[in-house]
Order: sequence, then C-alpha cells, then structure tokens
Amino acid sequence: MNDDASNTRDDPLVRIDGLRVAFGETTVLDGINATIEPGTFVGLVGPNGAGKTTLLRTLNGTQAPEAGTVDVAGERIPALDSKAASRLVATVPQDTAVAFEFDVRQVVEMGRNPHRSRFSGWSDADEAAVERALDRTDTEQFVDRSVSTLSGGERQRVVLARALAQETPLLLLDEPTASLDINHQVRTLELVRDLVRQGKTAVAAIHDLNLAAHYCDELLLLAGGEIRAQGSPESILTETALQEAFDANAVVSQHPVTGSVYVTALPDETAERAQGQETSRSRPERVHVVGGGGTAARHLYVLDAAGYDVSVGALNEGDTDTEAARSLALDVETVEPFAGVDPESCAAVERRIDAADCVVVADVEIGTGNLPNLRAATAADEVVLVEDRPFEERNYVGPAATEVYESLRERARVVESSDVLSAVTDAVDGSSVTDADNAAGGSLSRRPAQPGPEEPDS
Amino acid sequence: MGVLAAVVVVSAGVGPVSIAPATVAKILASADPSPLTYDAARTSRVIVLDVRLPRIVLAALVGFALATAGVVMQGFFRNPMADPSIVGVSSGAAVGAVATIVLPIAFPLGLELQGAAFTSAVITAFGVYLIATRDGHTPTATLLLAGVAVQTFLGAIISLLLLHSGQSLRRVVYWLMGHLGGTTWTEVRVIAVVVPPLFVLLLAYARDLNVLLLGEEDARTLGIEVERTKRLLLAASSIVTAAAVAVTGVIGFVGLIVPHAMRLVVGPDHRVLLPASALAGASFLVATDTLARSGPTEIPVGIVTAALGAPFFLYLLRSQEVTQL
Repeated sequence: MNDDASNTRDDPLVRIDGLRVAFGETTVLDGINATIEPGTFVGLVGPNGAGKTTLLRTLNGTQAPEAGTVDVAGERIPALDSKAASRLVATVPQDTAVAFEFDVRQVVEMGRNPHRSRFSGWSDADEAAVERALDRTDTEQFVDRSVSTLSGGERQRVVLARALAQETPLLLLDEPTASLDINHQVRTLELVRDLVRQGKTAVAAIHDLNLAAHYCDELLLLAGGEIRAQGSPESILTETALQEAFDANAVVSQHPVTGSVYVTALPDETAERAQGQETSRSRPERVHVVGGGGTAARHLYVLDAAGYDVSVGALNEGDTDTEAARSLALDVETVEPFAGVDPESCAAVERRIDAADCVVVADVEIGTGNLPNLRAATAADEVVLVEDRPFEERNYVGPAATEVYESLRERARVVESSDVLSAVTDAVDGSSVTDADNAAGGSLSRRPAQPGPEEPDS
Repeated sequence: MGVLAAVVVVSAGVGPVSIAPATVAKILASADPSPLTYDAARTSRVIVLDVRLPRIVLAALVGFALATAGVVMQGFFRNPMADPSIVGVSSGAAVGAVATIVLPIAFPLGLELQGAAFTSAVITAFGVYLIATRDGHTPTATLLLAGVAVQTFLGAIISLLLLHSGQSLRRVVYWLMGHLGGTTWTEVRVIAVVVPPLFVLLLAYARDLNVLLLGEEDARTLGIEVERTKRLLLAASSIVTAAAVAVTGVIGFVGLIVPHAMRLVVGPDHRVLLPASALAGASFLVATDTLARSGPTEIPVGIVTAALGAPFFLYLLRSQEVTQL
C-alpha cells in the first residue's frame, strides 16, 4: 500500500477518462476528462443538477459508469470490490443523519470496516487510526455520546472522523457546508484544507462559490453534464463562465479583506440596470460612502457592482476601506494614516456629497478625526444610514457627534448592512421621480425593501 | 444465558405434576439414565426429559430463531416495525400448512405438514425477493411493499382454504394461532439442525449489519457489498423464520418486541444485540409457553405472546423514546 503510494507520487491520484454516466434515458455526465494531482483540494462547483454528486459517486464506486474509466491511485475503481474501493476513497455524504442510537466511537470505528476481514479482531492499527481520526476532528470529547444527540456540525465532524479512519488517499465531500452555520462551514473547510496540506487529496462539491474560491486549490466547473473548466479559482470564476454555467448575473471581484476571488450574484433588476444604464441614462447615479475601518468595503463593492458611480472618503491611507476602494478603482479621498480629516479634504468630501444622488453612511465608529465626514453628510439630498450597532457604542466624541448623527438620522433611511443596496435604489429612484428627464430611472418599479445580494458566506 | 437456564428449569417443573426446581436441576444435570432411581424419581424423570423438555427446548429454539430473524429484519429494513414475517414467510408457511391439513394431499414423508410449511415459506420469501428486484438491485422499500402485498394475497388464499376446511377447521385455527403442544424430539432435532448454523452465519455478519444501518449508500463507501449482503441476510433470516414457523405455526410478536426491548437495553450494536436478543427470545417463549400450558386448559402460545407482548410493547413506546429509532 505504501509502496503503491510512493510509486504513484508523480502521477495524478485521480484520472478520469471519457466518463459517461446515464440513468436510463437521461445522460447525467458525458465526456468527462480530468486529472487530480495528489495533495490538492479540488472544489466541484456548478449549478444544481450539473452532476456534481454523480461525479463523486462515480469516484467512490457507488455509481458504475456507462463508458470511460475512473482510476484512483492507479486502480480502476469500477472494477474493484466495495472493500478495496473504500480503502482508496472515503466519502463524507451530504446527509449525515444516523439512524439508530450508535455512539460516536461506534460510528468512527465503522470507518475501519474496509481494513478488517470478517473474522479479524480489532487491531492496534485500527485503534490508532480511530484515535487519530477523533483527535484530528476534535471529536474525542463526545466519543461516548449517541450520534443522534449531536448538532449538525458536530455530527458532520464525526462522519468526517469516520472517513479519516478509513485512511484513504482520496477524500470526497458532498456539500460539506450545505446545512451548517457559518462558523462550522469555515471550520469544516479549514480542517479539510489542513488535511490536504498534510498529504490528503480532497474533492468537495461546494455550493458556495466564495467558500470554494477561498479554500480550494483548484476548481472544477461542472455544468450540463460536462466539465466547463478546471484550474485555479481565479481562472474559473469569471463573469462569462458563471453566466454560461449558472445563467446568473454575477459580478466577480477580489474580496477586500481576504484577497480571494469573490462572486456576488445580482438580482436581475439591478443587473439589467447595471447593463442598461450606459444607453438609457445620461449618467450613472452617484453615491458617496462615508466609512472607515472596513465598515464600508462591502457596500462599496456591492454598489459598484450594481453600476453606481461610487466615491468614498475621507479615509486614512492604509485603511481596509481604502484598499477596497482602490481595488475597485473608485474615487477615494484620503488623508495620512492616523491623521484627522483636514479642511482641505473636508472640502473635497463636501464637493462629492454635493454631486452625489445619495450618501451612504456606514456603521462606522466616529471620533474627532472623522467627525467632519459625518457633518458633511448632513448636506446630502438623500441619506442611507447603516445601523448595525447603536450609535452610542461607536461614538468616541460625545454629545457633539450625537447631535450631528441625530440630525442625520431624522431624514435618513435607516437600514442594516444587508439592505443597503435596496435602500440606495429606493433613495435614488425617489429623487429621480421628481426629475422628469430621468424617465428611465423613474419607470423602474419600486420594490419593497428586499435583501441585497447574496451574503458572502450564506 | 443465566436467565434462560433459570426459565428452563422453572418451566420444566411447572405442569399438572409439579416438580421442585431443585429436582429438575438435578435431573437435567445427570442426563444419563441411572438404573438405581426409585419410582417417584423415575416418573419425574420421564415427565421432565420426555414430556416437558422437548417442548421447552423447542420453545427456546423457536424463540431464539424468531428473535434472531427479527433483529436482522429490523436492521435490514432500518425500520423498527419490521418483523421476521415481513417478507411473507409466515403467510407462506401458513398456506403450506393449511393446504396440507385441508386438501387431500398425502406426502410420503413423516413431517409432511412441517415440510410443506417450510417449503412454501421459503418459496414465498424468494418470490417476494424476485418481485422486488430489478437490475440486481432490491430497494428495501419495494421489498417491504411487495411483502405486504403478497401477505395480503396469501391471506385471501388461507381464508378460502378455511372456508373449505370442514372438519379440520379446528386443527387449522389451532395451527394458525401458534402452538407448541405435542412436541417430540424429532421436531426439536429438525429445527436444531437449521437454526444454530444460520445464527452463527448471521453473527458473522453483525458488523456488516451495523454498517448497513448507516444507509446503503454509506455502507457501500465503507466496504460493504450491499446487494450481496442483503441477499444473504434476507435468505438466512427467512430460512430461520421458516424453520420456526413450520414447526410451531405463527407465533407473533416475539420477533418484533424482543429485539426492540433488547435494543433499549444493550444498544444498537448487532455484535451484542443479536446474541442478546436471541437468548431473550428463547427465554421469553419458554416463559410464555409455560404460562400457556399451566392454566386449566392449554391455550396456543401465540395468544399468550400477543396478549403479553402488545401491552409490554405499548409500555415501551410510552416510557422510552423509541420513536427515535
């Protein structure tokens, strides 16, 4: 076994050649060719029904191909019996619910089944593998608990431990983050990434493109039963590719904080506007954003994606929001690091606010340094005030700032972070209804406030 | 084991002639007939060894068999309501037995009724399996539904046979109720040849059965040849059930409640659950049969198991979160 592994070190671990899978009349996968190098974390992305699960099932041998070959570590998977196949490939299924009240240790020990003959006892190697798996997944704390009493995230770690106990070179995960909260999504994927760094090879079907982009070394875009592209996340997640594969209007940029490729799906209406504005509008509407310390990055990037002409400031050089604005090539007014907003910058900010159709004030902390920004915002026609935390918690100035904030708040649209785009759309539409020239904007139906673009990690 | 031994000893003492447990134990311990026994002891000895013991051993074996098959079927179907007759084994056996009683067919063999019951039981189970199988796959849901449909159909045949049974009606009804009366060592020998080897086989597959409980898809990725294992489990447990039912008629509930109760006690691990349930099933049937024959008139043991088993089952349902299974 170890010899095999060293012999195949330089060869791809997985080689799929001319694979075709059909259920009766329906062809699910056709003409699939792919290779996966050892020690990579491959994300399988694509729309629902693209065949992601089927491809995983072909890799672990539960689905027999109609044509073509699937080799793992030089072995032809469909030709292997179930035991031999499950010594090469371990699978974490999407549904981790376990019927009957097995305790955690019993479930993890089942991962040793492929290594045991019918009458062989429990060996030291089995015990060691189980201990390692429990330790690796941080599940030893509940070894004696019944699996049915665990939360979804804990249960998934147990099933992952079971897969690790199989000690296979290849690990498959089917939608490992689908039913987990954001904390467990990140935890699971980080664990898998660590395992890959330690020598495992993992293939995971992942719905969330941004998680996939952030954690995977390579993505495999599957659509309509075929592989559209394979390569680094940056090379796969392009707006054209997503439009073709998902039939979705998406904007691809770089995440302002993590630096990974970042995909935002836009509601159709916004996308239509984004596409149609050059022809039907005299000019895109201007939005000025007041932020700082990372509070505005998300808004900048959503508003920019939606086609607004976005300016931001004043911000300190080196601020996360400044970086975000630069990466989006926005108009940004800056001052020196740690310096306050000087009169000159303040005038520049006022000019921009004057020109803007709408000003967005992010959920930013206010000190004496950036109080001028807030003051300047009071001159705006339309204000969208983002309030995730009460102002008292982020007021480092005192009553003077509270007074400015309250005067702003009285006439602003107060929203949470997730509703900024729709609030801005409403604000801008509202102002353009009075503007008879801007018929294109005014004719847009006014939607009730609805959630903005997809949350980064949902 | 201890429980079973105690139940056997007490049971052998109960009857029209009551014998103290200590005496029974002594008789059982010295199985070789010693010539120097006096009359009273000799009578006790005959009563215990030739009259009561065959029946007790048969009850133990049948209880053992039914509980074993029940565990396997519940695990196989991943459904706590499954019992050994779920794929039509009992109905099949009933048709064979009733037909032998009612129709003027003479078999050349000694155990024609049991033989016919066994044969028709196995044929029925195999038939249900074939009906539910397509392209080498046997979805358990299909198997379950096919079993129910076939049972209903066979029920109709039994009713029809009952209508034409005439004078043998009483015998038919008695058989259908499940009974252990009139047992000889011959019947014990037949079932003793069939049940223990298959039990050992099933025990060897206990680990596979555990993994199967995770679901067929998962089991396949954990090295189980699912279809082959399912076939083997189905065949073995059907034959075990058929052997039991052929000899004693339809004794309900043992295969349903004993595995259930034991799962609550020892947990779902089949390496423990299977032997525990088998022994508990044996003890349970010996005890209920003792009760069945200790009244003024003997009643079929199937009535006792159902009358005791159903309330006990309901009690379990109410007191434990059995629904979680």
